[in-house]
Amino acid sequence: MTTKKNIEILENQALFELANYDASESERTGYSDYSYWGSTLKVFLKNKTAVLALILLGVLLSFTFVQPYLPGQRDPNEINLSQETFRQLRNVKPTSEFWFGTNSIGQDLWARIWRGTRTSLMIALLVATWNIVIGVIVGAVWGYVRSLDRVITEVYNVLNNIPTTIIMTLFAYMLRPSISTMVIAMCATGWLPVSRFVRTQVVIIRDREYNLASRCLGTPSTRIITRNVLPYLVSVIMLRFALAVPGAIGSEVFLTYIGLGLPLSTPSLGNLVNEGRQIMMIASMRYQLIFPSVVLSLITISFYVMGNAFSDAADPRNHV
Amino acid sequence: MGIPVTPIQHQPKPVHASKHSGSLFNYTLKRAGQSLITVLIVITVVFLLMRLLPVEGYFGDGYDKLDASQREAVLKSMGLLEPWYMQLKNFYVDLFRGDLGTSIIFRPQIPITEIIGPKIPYSAYFGFAALLMSLSLGLCLGVFQAREKGKWFDRLGTGYVVFINAVPAAVYFLFIQLYATQAFKLPILFNKDKPSSWILPAICMSLGGIAGYAMWIRRFMVDELNKDYIKLARAKGLSNTDVMFKHVLRNAFVPMAQYLPTSLLMTIAGSLYIESLYSIPGMGGLLIDAISRQDNPLVQALVLIYSTIGIFGLFMGDVLMAVIDPRIKLDKKGGAR
Repeated sequence: MTTKKNIEILENQALFELANYDASESERTGYSDYSYWGSTLKVFLKNKTAVLALILLGVLLSFTFVQPYLPGQRDPNEINLSQETFRQLRNVKPTSEFWFGTNSIGQDLWARIWRGTRTSLMIALLVATWNIVIGVIVGAVWGYVRSLDRVITEVYNVLNNIPTTIIMTLFAYMLRPSISTMVIAMCATGWLPVSRFVRTQVVIIRDREYNLASRCLGTPSTRIITRNVLPYLVSVIMLRFALAVPGAIGSEVFLTYIGLGLPLSTPSLGNLVNEGRQIMMIASMRYQLIFPSVVLSLITISFYVMGNAFSDAADPRNHV
Repeated sequence: MGIPVTPIQHQPKPVHASKHSGSLFNYTLKRAGQSLITVLIVITVVFLLMRLLPVEGYFGDGYDKLDASQREAVLKSMGLLEPWYMQLKNFYVDLFRGDLGTSIIFRPQIPITEIIGPKIPYSAYFGFAALLMSLSLGLCLGVFQAREKGKWFDRLGTGYVVFINAVPAAVYFLFIQLYATQAFKLPILFNKDKPSSWILPAICMSLGGIAGYAMWIRRFMVDELNKDYIKLARAKGLSNTDVMFKHVLRNAFVPMAQYLPTSLLMTIAGSLYIESLYSIPGMGGLLIDAISRQDNPLVQALVLIYSTIGIFGLFMGDVLMAVIDPRIKLDKKGGAR
């Protein structure tokens, strides 16, 4: 046998070897100056309403943190007394001293609204983050792993049919009313719709040709999920996140409405609106309902508008 | 319980990947069996959850006045000292006899059917009126928005949809009650002999549904109008109206059919906000009242009713969809919609 023939055989054998998975090879693509996030940002910035909403939210959010350190601010729980009579300054209409007036026991509504905005936003962001993270993880597994599909579908059917009201109310009763209780109650089942949504999307794209090709080349499932499937869903997941924030604020208002809200010493938009509701029939005191409602609506609408604009921008089909 | 109108999501629900290849009848039978099992599990879970609550709730205000043995006697008379599996067994035995039990706290010793009975009609009337309004107005709004896409009417409609979806219902309900009653001289509270007091609650209840249907049909139409079959219909010389009614709306009805039975049945659940704001004696706040006062039999009965309705509604929806759309097959390929 000549060496030449040997080499030929070797070469042919190499053709029939498994193409093992190679992380660096899978990263190699042709060069392009297209940047996904760059284009997303560009498209997003073109939407004037959304940019306005973003600025508004940024200003509101930073103001809630700056406000306590500004000169001449009152503590949100301080009961203001009149200098002369030492009586409580109850239901004072908006003046130069109390910009948003005072509530029925003489607390400064301006300070309460900003503290409340901070509390509510914190709760909402926590809940939204949790629901999206858990929802995406469960949804991805549910959609991608066929053998688990049956089991998780049944579990979902059961959980989904327990009325949310029951779960939230039960949690709120079993634990003392506090911020963490509220967060737990809202997180308990809040991820269910997200996971179902992600599952449906994953089922739709899991058997596309590029995923089949990846699987044939021996790419591990976790990598297919995180690299092929989830990036496809970024825009819808971000949309879900942005919509989860107004949703969580709405749940907080709901829990407060049925009497399971935070104690009054922890102002939140929910209990401020609820306080305002109790005296709304007296026309002169309606400012106590209107101010928190306006702030709350501004926040929820901003998130909603921003979320929609961002999800449009994150869709590569809208990139030029 | 928000508004008893399920917003339509444009996505297939998790379909049981049914492996049998059979007729509609087989499918129906199988789904019915599955639904029954789900209802039983839900009831059992809720039953056990209710047993986790502290026992103080069973006494109302009188807890501190009773000593330990009296408390025990009270609990015993309610059948709460038996182990949980015995309680569960008793509950199911009663249930199979058709007995939902009697309320123990909310209205002591009154059969639950008597408590719920008079409340259901109120919720159902309002719910049904709201559903009708949301469907008709919502679809009209959405269709016109799609036709006027990008013009001021579309923007106005989108603004409405964004507002309703983003702002918590409690907030705009409050303002409607506050200002609409003044502006139109309508009564603030519900009175069953005064028809004018029925208007506002029904309108309020339909607002969310209108927004939901409008948003969905607008998107559906905008997507659909670019498709080939519509272009063909136009090319054939069909008028706009014909294209709209004979093609687009008929297709739009298919995914809607899946949720309609649930929406229709869920009207009896009532709306918590609306019913408490206008003091309508409906079902809305009953569940929350029952939970907060730990009226276990009442909670169980309500959960039984709601989850049965919910599951049965979904089941009906699937069957209805299969009936009206000949393209949907419920056998092997059913999961790949």
